[in-house]
Order: sequence, then structure tokens, then C-alpha cells
Amino acid sequence: MTADSVTFIFLNAAVVNNFVLAMFLGICPFLGVSAKRDTALSMGLAVIFVMLVSSICAYGINWLLRFFEIEYLRLICYIAVIASAVQLVEMTMKKFSPALFRALGIFLPLITTNCAILGVALFQTSREYDFVQSLAFSLGAGVGFTIALMLMAGLRQHLELAKVPSVSQGAAMTLMLAGLLSLAFMGFAGLGAQHG
Amino acid sequence: MPGLPDQHEPVTLDTFLRGLWEENPVFVMLLGMCPVLAVTNSAINALAMGLASTFVLVASNSLVSLLRHYIPKQVRIATYIIIIATFVTMVDYAIQAISLDLYNALGAFIQLIVVNCMILGRAEAYASKQPLGATVVNGLGIGGGFTLALLSLGVVREVLGSGSLFGIALFGENFQPWVVMILPPGGFFVLGAWLLIFSAFRLRKQRQLDQEGVAQHDS
Repeated sequence: MTADSVTFIFLNAAVVNNFVLAMFLGICPFLGVSAKRDTALSMGLAVIFVMLVSSICAYGINWLLRFFEIEYLRLICYIAVIASAVQLVEMTMKKFSPALFRALGIFLPLITTNCAILGVALFQTSREYDFVQSLAFSLGAGVGFTIALMLMAGLRQHLELAKVPSVSQGAAMTLMLAGLLSLAFMGFAGLGAQHG
Repeated sequence: MPGLPDQHEPVTLDTFLRGLWEENPVFVMLLGMCPVLAVTNSAINALAMGLASTFVLVASNSLVSLLRHYIPKQVRIATYIIIIATFVTMVDYAIQAISLDLYNALGAFIQLIVVNCMILGRAEAYASKQPLGATVVNGLGIGGGFTLALLSLGVVREVLGSGSLFGIALFGENFQPWVVMILPPGGFFVLGAWLLIFSAFRLRKQRQLDQEGVAQHDS
């Protein structure tokens, strides 16, 4: 596999450089909504979807900005596009699939401030991926985010029944857990280049 | 907020100090965690990130505070984000011009200040209701607290993980660096340890208060 093959990019984003556990993107939802497994899955699916949409939009925007040579507006354009993409997804979903809309609930608007989404758009620009590579990258990042969230939710559900010292209850214990998970994910590092 | 009179609070020392300790964005409110974990593998990166975030926080919140009577309520979040993005772009280009090494070390995380929930949270919860003076003082406090938290992580991780502080070697040549501390898991562990220490302090204080209460009740 060469470094720019689509499979490699997908695997790299999903496990080797997992967005949450190795690159520290999207920590807030990772700590916030990983208490239950089913909400974690809903959040993960919503993120995958928005990530794909915003990645496609970012690709188009970047092309336009290059064409007009106004690249310094990139950040402002990206964040505006992501915010409106989230809004659009929310409205479309409400119209065509009310069941899914209810299932995702509050998570959709929260995604706007998920730095993993903006991270995908920025990284695919700085690494100069083409269209197909961008799709693979955003899909991989979304899947990686979902995997991390699901693992964490499973661990935390077990932890609720465990007896831990009262000092370490709450955020401290969650961070220690995340550290162990991150340590485990470093085992994937042999699969590919660091920050390829 | 058109129609409603502002709930001004007097600017006191507490407006500033609150952000450093009681409402510390990282240790107490758990906001803006991504840069806290990602760029604290050395003290200098942590300091630069803290200062950049503080500048964006103070500048964008000042503008929000000045414009608070003119921003329509329905589009306020979008407006705040555009204001923040403008200042982040400025910082991004400034750091690139001042030090390319630093720029490469911090990577995309400078641009990701845009989605730091601490800044948007302050704009929504504080700057949109308070006059300029209070906003600046409070912003400096919160930014200072954020920088302090970043530094406390960066110093510990750099000393343990590379045996140096601000790039100056502390130990002899025989020092075996604890490499995992500058790798991603180290970030989680060090922040977890800090939170453990703080919660231990809080519990002790709580227990003392409880005992005093019991003692008073008995007498």
C-alpha cells in the first residue's frame, strides 16, 4: 500500500491516527456523551454524516478560494459552511426522517463546535488530498470517532457498577480510562506512517 | 439584548481572579479540552497556545461586548463564530510570521481555536451581557486560567517525557526519558492526575466544613 492509496488513508484516519485518541480532536463530545452506548452510537452516526457533507463542501470551497486567490478567508468560509451544513442536515432530516431526527435530538446542533469536523476540513486541505482521498479521509475519521466513542461508552457503563475511591469519581477516572484506551491504540502505530 | 436592561456587575478583583481558580476553564469547567491535551507536550508550545487563545478570547469578546446591542438574537451564534474566526485568522498569520518552528509544532491547532468551546461559551454567557471593561477583565482572567492550566500540563509532560524545561536539559546525560508522557496517552494521564489532586483537595475541604458544622451543632 502506498501512502496515498484510498485504503491506507481510510485506515490511517480510523485507527492508526485515531482522531480522538491520537490527535485529540473531538474530546468534548468524547467526554460528554460517552455515558451510554446507544447515545454514543447515535452521536457517532451523526458525526460521520456531517463529516462527509462538510468534507465535500470544503473541497468545493477550497477550489473556489484558490480560483479567486483569497485563501486567507479559508477559515471563516469553512466554519460558516459547517455551521450551515449542520443546520441543513437538521432540517432535511426533520422533513424526511422524523424518527432519525428524534433519535439524534440535541446532538446535531452540538456538532457545529466539534473540532473533529473542522479538523477534517483543515487536514484534507493542508495534505492536498484529491476528491476521492478526501472522502476516504472523512469517512475514516468519522468511523474512528465512532469506534472510540463506543469503546469508551462500554467501559463507562461497566465502571458505573465498580467501586472506585470517591476521589477519582467523575472526570478524573474518565481521563485515566481514555489514557489507557489511547495507549492501546498506539499498538496500531506499526500499521502506517505517523501523521502520513 | 434589546428591550432588556443589562445586568451589569461591578468590576472587582474577583472578576479577574474568578477565571484563574474558581471558574478555571480547564480544571473546573472542562472546556476547550482538545488543545489542552494536544499541544502540551512541551512547555513552550503550551505557553504559546495559551497566549494565542487568550488574545482571541479577549479581542473577540470585546467586539461582541461592543456590538451586543446591535447583534440580532436569532443569528448571534453565527455572528460570534465569524468574529472569532476573524481574530483566529489574524493570530494564525501572525504566528506564521513570527516563528515558523512554533507554527509547525502547533499545526492545525491554531486554526482550531475557532471551535474552542471556552471562547464561544464566554461570548454567549458573559460578553453578550456585560460592558467592555468587565468583559476585558474577565476575559484576561479566564485566558490566564487557561494558560495556567496548559502550562501546568506542559511543564509536567516536558520534564518527565524529555527531561527538559523550555528546551533546557535538567538532568544529566544518564536520564532515561519517560517517553509515553509526550505521546498522546501521557496527555490523558497527566490531566487525569491533576483532576485527581484537585478533587482530593475539594473533598478534604468539604469534610472539614462538615466536621465544623457537626461541632457547632453539638455545642
